[in-house]
Amino acid sequence: MKITRDQVEHIAHLARLEFSEKEIEAFTRQMDNILTYFDKLKEVDTTSVEPTSHAIQVKNVFRDDEVKKSIALDLSLKNAPEKEGNFFRVPKIIE
Amino acid sequence: MNREKDIMDLHTLTIHEAHEHLKNRDFSARELTQALLKRIEEVEPKVKAYLTVTSEKALKEAAQADKMIAAGEITPLTGIPLAIKDILCTEGITTTCGSKILKNFVPVYDATVVRNLKRAGAITLGKANMDEFAMGSSTENSAFGPSHNPWDLSAIPGGSSGGSASAVAADECIASLGTDTGGSIRQPASCCGIVGLKPTYGRVSRFGLVAFGSSLDQVGPLTKDVRDAALLMNILAGYDPQDSTSVNKEVPDYTTFLKPDLKGITIGVAREYFIEGIDPEVEKAVKEALHVLQDLGAKTVDIALPHTEYALPVYYLIAPAEASSNLARYDGVKYGFRTGKDENLIAMYKKTRSEGFGAEVKRRIMLGTYALSAGYYDAYYGKASQVRTLIRRDFEEAFKKCDVIVTPTAPTPAFKIGEKTDDPLQMYLSDIFTIPVNLAGIAGISLPCGLAQNRLPIGLQVIAGPFEEEKVLQTAFAYEQNTDWHVQKPKL
Repeated sequence: MKITRDQVEHIAHLARLEFSEKEIEAFTRQMDNILTYFDKLKEVDTTSVEPTSHAIQVKNVFRDDEVKKSIALDLSLKNAPEKEGNFFRVPKIIE
Repeated sequence: MNREKDIMDLHTLTIHEAHEHLKNRDFSARELTQALLKRIEEVEPKVKAYLTVTSEKALKEAAQADKMIAAGEITPLTGIPLAIKDILCTEGITTTCGSKILKNFVPVYDATVVRNLKRAGAITLGKANMDEFAMGSSTENSAFGPSHNPWDLSAIPGGSSGGSASAVAADECIASLGTDTGGSIRQPASCCGIVGLKPTYGRVSRFGLVAFGSSLDQVGPLTKDVRDAALLMNILAGYDPQDSTSVNKEVPDYTTFLKPDLKGITIGVAREYFIEGIDPEVEKAVKEALHVLQDLGAKTVDIALPHTEYALPVYYLIAPAEASSNLARYDGVKYGFRTGKDENLIAMYKKTRSEGFGAEVKRRIMLGTYALSAGYYDAYYGKASQVRTLIRRDFEEAFKKCDVIVTPTAPTPAFKIGEKTDDPLQMYLSDIFTIPVNLAGIAGISLPCGLAQNRLPIGLQVIAGPFEEEKVLQTAFAYEQNTDWHVQKPKL
């Protein structure tokens, strides 16, 4: 096995997802299949090959630090599932 | 001309045909838009290409377009009704990305490509269905149900831009916009017998495109013919200060490269794209297409793309890794779906995300989180990024010997709805010929090159180097002008 049930549960926590027992089993099996397939990459010699994170050369893009028009407060809160005054409302974080 | 007959068939027109008529005042943008809305009413219950149809807004935009035309300010897109993939932000129009988690999300701004189309006077008919967050090859991962292939309603239209493709093939719009991360424009174009172009990474702005794989995503056109793809590229391409990965490079008039022959063009043919498992009808159609291209004056050479077989595992590590990071923003706080409000914050995140995302999205978030997690990064994401370099170099070497590369777009014609939903790896194989183009960041087009015995379309892919969209358009146009696959229509 490439991946265990415990690992799948740990990854789920990192990804802020939760699954039923049945789903955990299915995911473990499917991820195991997919990861086994990925082993194919071990065949390739990548000694001293630079990784590609972007297909085209990207460099830092700078601009002047000017104040520009941004999205208005009421609009930025428009899609909030819950709000209070000018704030996004979330469950209590500090006891 | 027979005006009455033409008005009956307005929905079948291409962009350039409709433009000529609008310019000559044969009909108004309003009449054209009404014809399309009527067509949608008639066939949409069967095809299910749209998630939202914005009839009223479309008619208002048509009135605006008619004013532009009356004022002599017509552009090639003025008054042309389009469908927009539901991954592109449209101000005031729900943008779901095919996901329950964004079911009620109404953007407060337009994507740059949408804004540019509006400026040109184009009309938005509505938002097209897609696989959730563009993850899929069939639209079966849409939280709102699959779209259907107009050629065979029991078949998939391809994906993830399946709604955009089926809307064009069913004449429910004149053309549409899609996005392509691993084949999501080209594979559905192939399945639906239309033209779909994925531009070079950086050619088109991604501002307002809901992010999936940020180093791979590009917006592009799905159209009834190659000239229309060139016309849309004239509007879509260009630098956008709001997308720092867009490239500040001059945009040519793509229509100037549409010539009837291919003298002086060298076409590369890679044996790695004619593998075991490819449908014999697809192989035959593509080989016949190569003969047509030779007859038009092109020379063919054998080329090698030796790392092709590794493209699929590389993609399914890199794209999910990027997705797992991009989709972290759906936490039930700022926008979108939320549940579990009485719990603590972490529990609320988990409930919201677990209920809001579908199975394939969760699978890819899990894969990506794993590939990036401590102890596995080097073995998975790191290794994949190195092999990506080798795939890119394969293309660089190949383009020293040829101008374009011709391949099948997909290994098979469209499969049946439900046929591959239980086996993610089988589904992933649909994109085996399109994925390398995204990994290398280069340009590719799919255009129709045949019909299988079951009357499902077959697609031809033409690939060129970075910022050489004109070469894929030139090759595709010459082929199209000498064949008649693009004028074949499904019977609906």
